[in-house]
Amino acid sequence: MSMLGKAVKGARWLAASALIAGTMAGAAQAQETIKVGILHSLSGTMAISETTLKDAMLMLIEEQNKKGGILGKKLEAVVVDPASNWPLFAEKARELISKDKVVAVFGCWTSVSRKSVLPVFKELNSILFYPVQYEGEESERNVFYTGAAPNQQAIPAVDYLAKEEGVQRWVLAGTDYVYPRTTNKILEAYLLAKGVKPEDIMINYTPFGHSDWQTIVADIKKFGSAGKKTAVVSTINGDANVPFYKELGNQGVKATDIPVVAFSVGEEELAGIDTKPLVGHLAAWNYFQSVDTPDNKAFIEKWKAFTKNDKRVTNDPMEAHVIGFNMWVKAVEKAGTTEPDKVIDSIVGIQVPNLTGGVSEMLPNHHITKPVLIGEIKDNGQFDVVWKTEGLVPGDAWSKELDGSKDLVADWKTLKCGNYNTVTKKCGGA
Amino acid sequence: MMILRDSLRALLVLLALSWASVAMAGPYEDALQKFTTDSYADTDTAIVGVASSGNPQALAVVEALRDGRLLAGAGRVVIRDASGAMTDAATGQAIAGAAPADLKPVRVNNRVRRAIEAALGSMTLMSPDAGKRLDAARAVFRSKDAAALPILDQALAQEKDATVKTILEEARAAILLSAPDISSADRIAAIGVLKARGNQDALALLSSVTGAPEVVEAAQAAAAGIRSRLELWNALQNVWYGISLGSVLLLAAIGLAITFGTMGVINMAHGEMVMIGAYTTFVVQEIIRTQMPGLFGASLFIALPLAFVVAGGIGILIERTVIRFLYGRPLETLLATWGLSLMLQQAVRSIFGPTNREVGTPAWMSGALELGGLSLTYNRIAIVIFAFGVFAALLLVMRYTSLGLFVRAVTQNRRMAGSMGIRTNRIDALAFGLGSGVAGIAGVALSQIDNVSPNLGQGYIIDSFMVVVFGGVGNLWGTLVGAMTLGIANKLLEPYAGAVLGKIVLLIAIILFIQRRPRGLFALKGRAVEA
Repeated sequence: MSMLGKAVKGARWLAASALIAGTMAGAAQAQETIKVGILHSLSGTMAISETTLKDAMLMLIEEQNKKGGILGKKLEAVVVDPASNWPLFAEKARELISKDKVVAVFGCWTSVSRKSVLPVFKELNSILFYPVQYEGEESERNVFYTGAAPNQQAIPAVDYLAKEEGVQRWVLAGTDYVYPRTTNKILEAYLLAKGVKPEDIMINYTPFGHSDWQTIVADIKKFGSAGKKTAVVSTINGDANVPFYKELGNQGVKATDIPVVAFSVGEEELAGIDTKPLVGHLAAWNYFQSVDTPDNKAFIEKWKAFTKNDKRVTNDPMEAHVIGFNMWVKAVEKAGTTEPDKVIDSIVGIQVPNLTGGVSEMLPNHHITKPVLIGEIKDNGQFDVVWKTEGLVPGDAWSKELDGSKDLVADWKTLKCGNYNTVTKKCGGA
Repeated sequence: MMILRDSLRALLVLLALSWASVAMAGPYEDALQKFTTDSYADTDTAIVGVASSGNPQALAVVEALRDGRLLAGAGRVVIRDASGAMTDAATGQAIAGAAPADLKPVRVNNRVRRAIEAALGSMTLMSPDAGKRLDAARAVFRSKDAAALPILDQALAQEKDATVKTILEEARAAILLSAPDISSADRIAAIGVLKARGNQDALALLSSVTGAPEVVEAAQAAAAGIRSRLELWNALQNVWYGISLGSVLLLAAIGLAITFGTMGVINMAHGEMVMIGAYTTFVVQEIIRTQMPGLFGASLFIALPLAFVVAGGIGILIERTVIRFLYGRPLETLLATWGLSLMLQQAVRSIFGPTNREVGTPAWMSGALELGGLSLTYNRIAIVIFAFGVFAALLLVMRYTSLGLFVRAVTQNRRMAGSMGIRTNRIDALAFGLGSGVAGIAGVALSQIDNVSPNLGQGYIIDSFMVVVFGGVGNLWGTLVGAMTLGIANKLLEPYAGAVLGKIVLLIAIILFIQRRPRGLFALKGRAVEA
């Protein structure tokens, strides 16, 4: 596309968003609507990932309105921009709930943003749908976790590598923040319990946006030359991935020698890399764009039509929003009201089809059932699904691998508790 | 399973040796059928079967599978060549017309890829092309496939090329070490060959040796020898990483050395100039990709002057519209340029989208150069050379051109320069443009190693200021020494302290250093200091 084309596209985008804002204001006066909040960063570091989710939500809401809305009312999206600024997430959440009177919020990406808005949702008793894979160890009454818990992503991926690739030596590489640290803690405990020796596990953390990977890739090569099959489990997040994969390609680390399985690299992230040197490296998700089901095909077509861009890709957190939104719609219809307390009670047990051919269910611990897929990177930036769990895996709020959390269960239906200790029989943690 | 596979491979070898060109329809076609089941295990068996069939089509089938051009479905297997023409894999006959709709490319995973590599290795060991033989020898070295041993010996006997011969011998040694039923004497000889190779691959093989005690002992001794040798190279390698990180810092900071260093403007939008340079590279590559793909290898050279002009132009615009009103007011400049940086980021985000843009790496910048125990990646070599080139060019401009002379005069004593007839306003704009333009060409280089996203510049702004302040404000040589010192110190610390702690230690060291020497490594002396 030419430079001019880009500029025209940009201008159109601006015009379109102005139009949306305009119609939203107009519609609000015309008739009473049900307001839904969208809390995703549209500027700053996380805009790269979160902007897509905002668009996906707008599409879902538009579609629901074409079907006649919910309970006879149209839905109205209220979009705010927390600008990748964690305290601002809490402020914007408060604004959405108290000022705009939204009945549910779809949003957040990083765990730190979720932690930042939690007190607001508790205090004002509203609902948050959180669509991203995360470290677990949490279950809140007001939050529904539609992304994967560690047992729905990390642990099956490690099992796959051990079984199919015969991996005996593990590099756990991650960005230095809560999600990689907790996930690696769980994985380390899991591997040690499986009989992997401590000297066969290397753990490495790097700062956000790390761009010079020479030393670390060389270290990985060195670690991999001990005569045992080695793999890298990567919880490297966001922008740091591109230079990491470029360095792997340049230093000649091939997937057939040392495969890298990533938990934060999807179709969207690969869009910025030449994937030819990366063919065969892996990712574990609950959804891939390449999954061949009628539902997914229809979804991709709608998405490309909605964004008016043939090259737009879909990804896992988008599917999580699709599931979460459909669950919320069903729960509201079942409860006959959008009132959060009623919806929180009615949503547990709701089942909706996911895009990979199964039916996901909202569990009492506010996590959902999902299939786990392992995909290999192809040279066109897509993934080829090479392995899939038999059925759907229920999400564990509390990891069974960690000492502090293995006795805890979350159950908001009968126990009404997010951290019930099965040993002391008390609600309130370890 | 393994035994079956190996004996099949042995069959291949025998057939190849006797130049059996008679196509044996049975086993080849049976093997082909296995491609149609869409199971990785079957595909794996099919590769071994096809490779061992001795059929003249076998090589074409496996190569097509590697490149994703092997289509299968409904009981037939078809090879599609690069131009899109179809050939039936079973009969070798061309298929006219469009591709049948029920055919899908045969899927591969890592396991299948390893089988392909091994099969291609043993099939191309006798290729007339030395390059192909080298690849084949390397493939056999990696696969350590005992069935390839007879053909490997055959290849060794007639190999003339010394490089290929060495790899063939190493491949043979690798097989001897890992295969069962090899005499201890042969295995110890193999250990000797691998010891001579002396790199990480050899170390990996030697560390995994099991069996007779004298063999294990020899292997461990050899491994220890290699390890201590690699240890030495490792230190050198870290210094190289440091130089390469240093040259990235130098590139990012050198434009700032002019705008901040000599003009004293705290330019928070400096990183965005780097980003604009990277996006210029992206646009240039997009145009080249669609209009004249043949020029792709030169795309970076075309992007360089354009990035300089675009970033420099925007720099001049910023200087004329904002900064010139703020000279001598550092706080306001800081806030204004910070605001500008946010505006530029959001503008780029609106035009190009928030996601990363793909900037391709020309073929000559991919891969690595093995130099003794060092592994130098070509893109880093290019960036080191480029950084020093830009530094030298800038030094010459400042030293020997009239623009350089005027800039130096204005920074040393603005009023005196003005009364000598220098148009100080114009020099300010040009100097700011020069600094921004240099940041732009840094962006071209950084697009090769980092994300091309609206946030590209933010990752470099702090480091750039650190380098300039540490090196000494107003001194280009200070920037060079500062960048290299920080780069090398960082990379020497990293293996011991880790990336996160290494950076913290370095920051503390700089804070302490600045406490001792507030003007940095190379402090300017004389009247300019008071100005």
